[in-house]
Amino acid sequence: MSTTLKRHFFSGTAVPIEGDDLDTDRIIPARFLKEITFENMGNYLFHDVRFDSQGKPGTHPLNDPAFKDASLMVVGNNFGCGSSREHAPQAIMRYGIQAIIGESFAEIFAGNCKAIGMPAVSATPHDIRLLYQYIYDNPRKKIDLNLTTKTVHFGDHTIAIDLPESRRSVFLEGTWNALELLKSNEKRVQETAKKLPYMTGFA
Amino acid sequence: MSKNTLYDKVWDSHKVTTLPNGQDQLFIGLHLIHEVTTPQAFASLKERGARMAFPHRTFATIDHIIPTLSQQRPFQDNQAELMTEALENNVKQFGIPFFDTSTNKQGIVHVIGPELGLTQPGMTIACGDSHTSTHGAFGSLAFGIGTTEVGQVLETQSLALNRLKVRRIQFNGLLAPGTYAKDVILKIIHILGVKGGIGFAYEFGGDVFDAMSMEERMTVCNMSIEGGARIGYINPDDITFNYLKDKEYAPKGEAFKVAVKHWKSLASGLDARYDDGLTLHTQDLQPMVTWGVNPGQSVGVTQMLPELDSFSKEDKKTAEEAYAYMKFNPGMSLVGHPIDVVFIGSCTNSRLSDLREAATVMAKGKVAPHVKAIVVPGSQQIKKQAEAEGLADIFKAAGAEWREAGCSMCLAMNPDKLIGDQLCASTSNRNFMGRQGSPTGRTLLMSPAMAAFAAIQGEIGDVREVIG
Ligand code: SF4
Repeated sequence: MSTTLKRHFFSGTAVPIEGDDLDTDRIIPARFLKEITFENMGNYLFHDVRFDSQGKPGTHPLNDPAFKDASLMVVGNNFGCGSSREHAPQAIMRYGIQAIIGESFAEIFAGNCKAIGMPAVSATPHDIRLLYQYIYDNPRKKIDLNLTTKTVHFGDHTIAIDLPESRRSVFLEGTWNALELLKSNEKRVQETAKKLPYMTGFA
Repeated sequence: MSKNTLYDKVWDSHKVTTLPNGQDQLFIGLHLIHEVTTPQAFASLKERGARMAFPHRTFATIDHIIPTLSQQRPFQDNQAELMTEALENNVKQFGIPFFDTSTNKQGIVHVIGPELGLTQPGMTIACGDSHTSTHGAFGSLAFGIGTTEVGQVLETQSLALNRLKVRRIQFNGLLAPGTYAKDVILKIIHILGVKGGIGFAYEFGGDVFDAMSMEERMTVCNMSIEGGARIGYINPDDITFNYLKDKEYAPKGEAFKVAVKHWKSLASGLDARYDDGLTLHTQDLQPMVTWGVNPGQSVGVTQMLPELDSFSKEDKKTAEEAYAYMKFNPGMSLVGHPIDVVFIGSCTNSRLSDLREAATVMAKGKVAPHVKAIVVPGSQQIKKQAEAEGLADIFKAAGAEWREAGCSMCLAMNPDKLIGDQLCASTSNRNFMGRQGSPTGRTLLMSPAMAAFAAIQGEIGDVREVIG
């Protein structure tokens, strides 16, 4: 597999997005889904909580110059719940984020993150708190996420992260886009299909 | 690990192989698509000159972006027109059956799949939409996927997936008059929480679900995802088979008999083993209403809104935010609280039985003068039936707007939107901040009968006063 697709180490400043159950409508409101490409999605990230009805920026971390150019995002519990819209992780990635560290993620959201090559890894509530605090105190300091050792390193701290082995391995090997793999089993897909009664009209 | 459940049986029969990372590659029996989550997938396919593996296992419709006032082309919203054209070009180029408005079979993807008999027990069903869980009502494994995965299904008719755990949710008792499938699922989500289902498929069983019609079962499975469960299903039985008989895409004659025998064999066995379980009873079940910004934040209609101290530390902050956004206070009652808008529709509650329930209540009065009420059937076929049996006339006579089929104000990608901080009694499935088109709009989720009652009262009330 191409080495450029391998993702095992991330280092950069982080932006803290506190709060539980931040849903996909919050991450990207539906009216921005009308575009037929993902190109501009980064501009709309958290739009309605970042800007008021006149388009004036409010006090959201993404509007805070201290967290400008962050390449990591730290989030709470059940992040990305709600719709299956890939626009949500696309918006985060296109904003410039390369990996998300949080307490937990909604299932479809985490799968979408994997499919586009952006790891979403979890840590304990206690460690996430520690991480938030560190970022507030040291917004310009870099944080290291290491998928090989399954740790996040910041200041004097090293915390453990969790992500299913099936996800970790595809980032390490660069096979997070499953398309080629799925395609390589074409024959077996055909065979599986043939055995399903509904595929032959229950004849 | 679960054993001999419907989930296990259907998973195993669709398993192509185990992939090197430990995930299973699963064959997808039915792929449903709509305009919003597919253009990027087709673009990538075309860019690479790739072909579809099973073009006849994908079916398309248009639902999210379609206006419901006038569906005259070109649509007034240029972006909606462009997105529709993109889908039209794609289905044409790839030979995908497309239920557009000219077929009289268009509608919300989760409404038309079952209505056409495309959705059948024992299938794996994927769609770029989280409410694909709806189709689990038939005893299929149905789940939402992202756009990259839509591309994978188009090109390989398969997906790389992690096996879920299975939780049996047993609901015993009878539904009292004035309580409905919507109240059952809101109650379940209230108890297990919006993240309780992460990592699980929910199997719904017991008297309550056994007695339900297919339409009611769909309402329940539809909202599994709101409890964090990507899949929710009900074992197929005679109610399922009777529903499917004579549906356009269902097997016919001898083949139907063979199918029923096969479908019966898929139900979870008496010896089935589950990873987790929960038993509930309808005893204290009231009409449910959400008061917050996620579908778990709900109360029985006569209950007071919860005090902040009643929440765990982690939920307290979310509750505080919800109260601030909704402009409600702990300890208050929703009964008697005025509303501005009523929306009856969405893939949760826009089927014929939902419209009947709403019409029964709306026939008892007129929409309050300060309320805007819109009723949006889930499909063109439902619209026609509702008109034929006089439901549309009841809505119109009461002063509600009767619209064309689509998702409408469920997510407001079309012109149907809340304005400012309007409060909406809605039969849809999500009360997220800004969900209904205004960044400050407020949504109260409830059953169709409750929403209709709110419309004629002009405020939230207990529909049991007029039902039963
Ligand atoms: S009705 Fe609402 S929830 Fe259902 S598919 Fe349409 S937008 Fe999604």
